[in-house]
Amino acid sequence: MSHHDAAHAGGAHDAHGDHRPSIYDPRRWLFSTNHKDIGTMYLVFAIIAGLIGGAMSGLIRWELKEPGITFLPHLVHVPHAILEQVRLGVMNADQLWAWKVDAAKHFYDTLVTYHGLIMIFFMVMPAMIGGFGNWFVPLMIGAPDMAFPRMNNISFWLLPVSFTLAMISFLVPGAGDHAGFGGGWTLYAPLSTNWGGGATPFSYHDGPAMDFLILSLHIAGASSILGAINFITTIFNMRAPGMTLHRMPLFVWSMLVTVWLLVLSLPVLAGALTMLLTDRNFHTNFFNPAGGGDPVMYQHLFWFFGHPEVYILILPGFGMVSQIVSTFSRKPVFGYLGMAYAMVSIGLIGFVVWAHHMYTVGMGLDLEAYFIAATMVIAVPTGIKIFSWIATMWGGSIDFKVPMLWAIGFIFLFTVGGVTGVVLANSGVDTSFHDTYYVVAHFHYVLSLGAVFAIFGGFFYWIPKMSGYRYNGFLAGLQFWIMFIGVNIVFFPQHFLGAQGMPRRHVDYNEAYQYWNNISTIGYLITAVGVLVFLVTLVEMFLVKRKAGANPWGEGANTLEWSLSSPPPFHQFNELPVIKPEAGH
Amino acid sequence: MAHGDVKHDYHLVNPSPWPLLGSIGALFLAVGGVVLMRGVGEGFFLAKGQWTLFLIGAAIMTITCIGWWGDVIKESRAGDHTPVVDIGLRYGMILFIASEVMFFVAWFWVFFEMVIFHDNRSSWIIAGDPEAMAAWANWPPPHVETFDPFQLPLMNTLILLLSGTTVTWAHHALQQDDRKGATLGLLLTVLLGLAFTYVQFGVEYPEAGFAFGNAGEVASANVYGASFFMATGFHGAHVIIGTIFLAVCLLRLISGGFSAKKHFGLEAAAWYWHFVDVVWLFLFTFVYVTPYLTMQGN
Repeated sequence: MSHHDAAHAGGAHDAHGDHRPSIYDPRRWLFSTNHKDIGTMYLVFAIIAGLIGGAMSGLIRWELKEPGITFLPHLVHVPHAILEQVRLGVMNADQLWAWKVDAAKHFYDTLVTYHGLIMIFFMVMPAMIGGFGNWFVPLMIGAPDMAFPRMNNISFWLLPVSFTLAMISFLVPGAGDHAGFGGGWTLYAPLSTNWGGGATPFSYHDGPAMDFLILSLHIAGASSILGAINFITTIFNMRAPGMTLHRMPLFVWSMLVTVWLLVLSLPVLAGALTMLLTDRNFHTNFFNPAGGGDPVMYQHLFWFFGHPEVYILILPGFGMVSQIVSTFSRKPVFGYLGMAYAMVSIGLIGFVVWAHHMYTVGMGLDLEAYFIAATMVIAVPTGIKIFSWIATMWGGSIDFKVPMLWAIGFIFLFTVGGVTGVVLANSGVDTSFHDTYYVVAHFHYVLSLGAVFAIFGGFFYWIPKMSGYRYNGFLAGLQFWIMFIGVNIVFFPQHFLGAQGMPRRHVDYNEAYQYWNNISTIGYLITAVGVLVFLVTLVEMFLVKRKAGANPWGEGANTLEWSLSSPPPFHQFNELPVIKPEAGH
Repeated sequence: MAHGDVKHDYHLVNPSPWPLLGSIGALFLAVGGVVLMRGVGEGFFLAKGQWTLFLIGAAIMTITCIGWWGDVIKESRAGDHTPVVDIGLRYGMILFIASEVMFFVAWFWVFFEMVIFHDNRSSWIIAGDPEAMAAWANWPPPHVETFDPFQLPLMNTLILLLSGTTVTWAHHALQQDDRKGATLGLLLTVLLGLAFTYVQFGVEYPEAGFAFGNAGEVASANVYGASFFMATGFHGAHVIIGTIFLAVCLLRLISGGFSAKKHFGLEAAAWYWHFVDVVWLFLFTFVYVTPYLTMQGN
């Protein structure tokens, strides 16, 4: 039985003698099988990746501040061979600058690509699913840990591996001498293939950067699939006595739907990526018309994954906003069952709308009509959610604490993004708006201002529980207002740019677009100050150490995590809680 | 297994080095894979065709698998797999198989898209290139000689279906505590799995009337060969994985593992084997039989 003795020495006791291992013990983190520690590692990873991805968007915005290719040429890496030519006088200063401008075009494309990939796969997903999901799904259903604690750990550790591969990909040759893959986060063929013949030098990628990126996404996908299996098993098999599915907090419901989407959509992406890999390395021609294949087929396969993926990015946010709005309105969520099944139907319909990303590829009109109708249908369950949040606040005793500010900001801005989504759902309109800044504005309103607002809301809602400390309300509130103003200044003008016809993913633009681009870049600077204030808030919180009680939010916070100490014991619920009918959501 | 203050039957797993080691193995496999296929530099480890990093990754992965699953077996013997944990393991295996099914959806997608929409493609003005138009006009495309499905493929179908019955025999025998019958059934299953692999990779593939890839040198190679070999090849890889899974179960059975009541490892292997079996039936129907009959009809 030495095995069990080891478990006890490792800290399997209850709250009274909570033998939490030291945070300076590397084994606690490297070998962790504790859902809260793994959740913490996910959150730290997401913050680091978010800063890197955010810095990339800063370079993008700074380049776009004014027309012409003026900023990025200063940053491109100049190979030794070119420097040698300059030294020998073969290349003069003007020619060197021209070389740099050319390189900057590809560099810009890679920034757009890796910004998107990092924010999706290494920031939003790890924060929402890995971070908050790991921390709070077991706590909210009254479980001592996840179903497969060891598998939980490999779900995390595969992510730094995947991120490392993505960064290698960013630095090794992609197209010719130029580093990185510059074809956008969707990795469309033929940009992502190496059989060339395109009209411009960068219409395909012959270097190993794309291969590294494929394997990076394979591993990120494996991480997510394993995590999804873990969550489904935990939620189906480890709910405390009395915690029926219809009494689960909405955050748990949102995670359940999200991870089902992951387990069913990611393997299809894995197949598509494998086809890209074999097209590149073994001449399989899946996406090569000359061999009987078809690049549009890649788009179908990609978006069969990609559309559920965008719901994966937002559904956990729906769950968090529901918890926050209910807590700070001191009311149960309005229409609990409707809210839960709205998410289920969003998840289901999300699988049959994928081709609305592809209206311009030349599909039949009947098919377009179907995808328009199916896409618009999603507005119904989404509307149920928006109106139910408002109805939850209606007549409530609302407390405008920082998490509530983020949640209300989310509801407002996500609605803006949702409405432009309905506009884009029409293929006739989308034919004009496709690949313009209108689309960029749309998906940043639902993700950058939607998902990220939900993440900040969840962070400030739960940080007293996770760390045991209260944040400085003034600093955190300041961050909200700075970022709220900043991101709106970044993205609202992009609707105008799109309507005026400015194409996305271009390093340069016509002077006519200068005014709103300038404003947008100023918005980025404001947002960056907001991020800085966030980091200051974090540091201040851990330095000042204001103790948070078990429940800092009062009677509105009635889910199970608030019944535990802050931070919770290393292993909670050694005696399972029993849920009574009225104590549900 | 309620110890001391712990009053629930869930399994709180001890800290473990395997996830981290496995992730490091994945890193070596990925970097090694790109080195192998394309090369990323001039150095000894980084030039194209260098196996070193890839093999290091494969070795780390193998060690991780043995260590990790070895720990799972130890924990099972220590009684950690209570009834509720056992149900969790079942959920886990079913969901893993569900994700595998979705992986095959991608490969069938290619096949069905080509079967159903090849006509549309050939009529697109944008296609331009007459060779590509010709490739799209027919499915299977010109120069492709499909297999006669009622020869080797039919035999392989029967081999796989038979192995499905022998693994069920092994399972039922074990439930009756007939360990000898279980061992025999499992041994036969493994042998049938090996027979399938040999027939497919050793006999059928070399006789294919179409090629896998096309860098311009093989006229008969196009997306038909690619989708055929990738779909059946991934299935074949899963047969090999399932055979290893069953062989490990056979070794455990011989060395005294499993009981009449508790043998989830064997059941999981059987589930996986049936999944592989069902995928094959779809492949046989849609990749072998249907195109063959279509061509006969022409």
